Amino acid sequence: MLEAFKKTEVYKSIFRHSYQDTQRNRALQIVDNVFLHLHPVRVPRHATNIGYTWGMGGITFLLFLVLTITGIILMFYYRPTAQYAYEDMKYLMNDVPFGPLIRNMHRWAAHAMVLTVMLHMFRVFLTGSYKPPRQFNWVVGVILLVLTLLLSFSGYLLPWDQLAIWAVTVGTNMARATPLLGHEGPFGPELGMMPDNDVRFVLLGGTEVGPPTLLRFYVGHCIFLPIIAAIFMAVHFWRVRKDGGISGPETPKKT
Amino acid sequence: MQQFFEILTKPDNLPIVFLLFSVIFFTWFAWTKAKKNDAQGYPVEATLDDKVQVWPYLVRVEFLATIAVMAVLVIWSITLDAPLEEPANRALTPNPSKAPWYFLGLQEMLVYFDPWIAGVVLPSLIIVGLMAIPYIDINPKGNGYYTFKERKFAVLVFSFGFLILWCLLIFIGTFLRGPGWNFFMPGEKWDPHFVAVLTNVDFSEMWPFNIATRMPDGSLNPAAFIFGAVCVFGFYSLGPLYWLRKRNTDFMKKLGLVRYAIVSFLFLTMMGLLVKILLRLIPTFLGMNPVKYVWVTPWFNV
Repeated sequence: MLEAFKKTEVYKSIFRHSYQDTQRNRALQIVDNVFLHLHPVRVPRHATNIGYTWGMGGITFLLFLVLTITGIILMFYYRPTAQYAYEDMKYLMNDVPFGPLIRNMHRWAAHAMVLTVMLHMFRVFLTGSYKPPRQFNWVVGVILLVLTLLLSFSGYLLPWDQLAIWAVTVGTNMARATPLLGHEGPFGPELGMMPDNDVRFVLLGGTEVGPPTLLRFYVGHCIFLPIIAAIFMAVHFWRVRKDGGISGPETPKKT
Repeated sequence: MQQFFEILTKPDNLPIVFLLFSVIFFTWFAWTKAKKNDAQGYPVEATLDDKVQVWPYLVRVEFLATIAVMAVLVIWSITLDAPLEEPANRALTPNPSKAPWYFLGLQEMLVYFDPWIAGVVLPSLIIVGLMAIPYIDINPKGNGYYTFKERKFAVLVFSFGFLILWCLLIFIGTFLRGPGWNFFMPGEKWDPHFVAVLTNVDFSEMWPFNIATRMPDGSLNPAAFIFGAVCVFGFYSLGPLYWLRKRNTDFMKKLGLVRYAIVSFLFLTMMGLLVKILLRLIPTFLGMNPVKYVWVTPWFNV
């Protein structure tokens, strides 16, 4: 029965090759699969060694996927207005089946992602992997690090509880001291900066963290920043391949 | 001590405990690998350069890592609930008010600098400085393997910045800063009524300079202004001075003036951070008044 099905046009249109353990099939397994074809077919042995790579970049990407999925589920239960946001959180934590699990996973994965991004950068630095020809990919990586922090920070406000509002107040208060562009920064007042027209006002949509801020951070957190991050991630992964795969010693010396 | 334990085990602070252990572990781990590579004279990675099939050898590692991470994440999420405090209330300011944990290193810098430096200029310089690294580090060695011997300056500076100025300050900001952003040792009770007696002085007012920042009528003392400017510009002129001494060496010629200017500026700024922290801490230990500003101007203070 199964053998007969394997000979049909339908089966052959889906699975392009057999599963016998041959070199050719192992290669096809990678290049014929949209999810796996990010990989080269073959890599140097040290690239599979967790002691060399620490796996932090891959784990970061995994956590990004987890955050996307749990984030979309959370969006079904959450309204980004000051009137409803906190009530929706309570509803989510108390009445929604598996609500706490989804929210906890979203929050802990976000914290973990900040951590793994930092460790990934540390490893890439210590192995000198930013050196030619990978200079630009390091720059892309720094942008992704900043985007990760911004994503985490904008998400911090959304529960609309005391923790959220004051952490974001402390964080965004810095913007008022921006040189030239903040109303308390050097040369800010001289340029006509006031609490209601400086860079912090643009960030918050008001002179303090309020309902407009919640909406701004929500849109940034759920749409703008993830799209930007996804674009830079695509460039990051593509450049890893184009710059010759994972870094490694250039002139191998055999013992 | 019980309160310290409570702060340590607050669910939102768990990542910092992870950070502490993972950073120490990975620093030790990379250090042993670098030492081994340096001792044997060739990188161990170079002996593992034969090609292997990604399917199955790499995919299975990724698969196992995915399972492990997901298992940890699910257990973490089942056992610990994400915090949800009282509804947002602008009339009720918690003490201390803290930014998210990954920004606490920057918040800690607020003790030593005005917000325009600690909150805006320094973060921007960190980002720009990180992006500049590949273009100012012209050492071709150490590309693709762990080593210390071949790139001592780069590894030391980066590790100092990452481990001390980023991770350690996050740790201090989270666990040792209580109400009023006062410093509390582990085990000390976070007393909200504790008032730290701090009489800060400006650098020019310290012995042996003794130049008052303000005139008796409250206006800025020109002598203090000039003294501060000399201190700040003098500090940054260490860069050009070092260049004048070393400009004829092969290394400097290869590095070029532009790259050197960027390196020295970023490096001196990083060290300036340390100097300012020490100007605050050392007088405290000597029983003198800690330094608030090095340079006071009508527009900004450093």
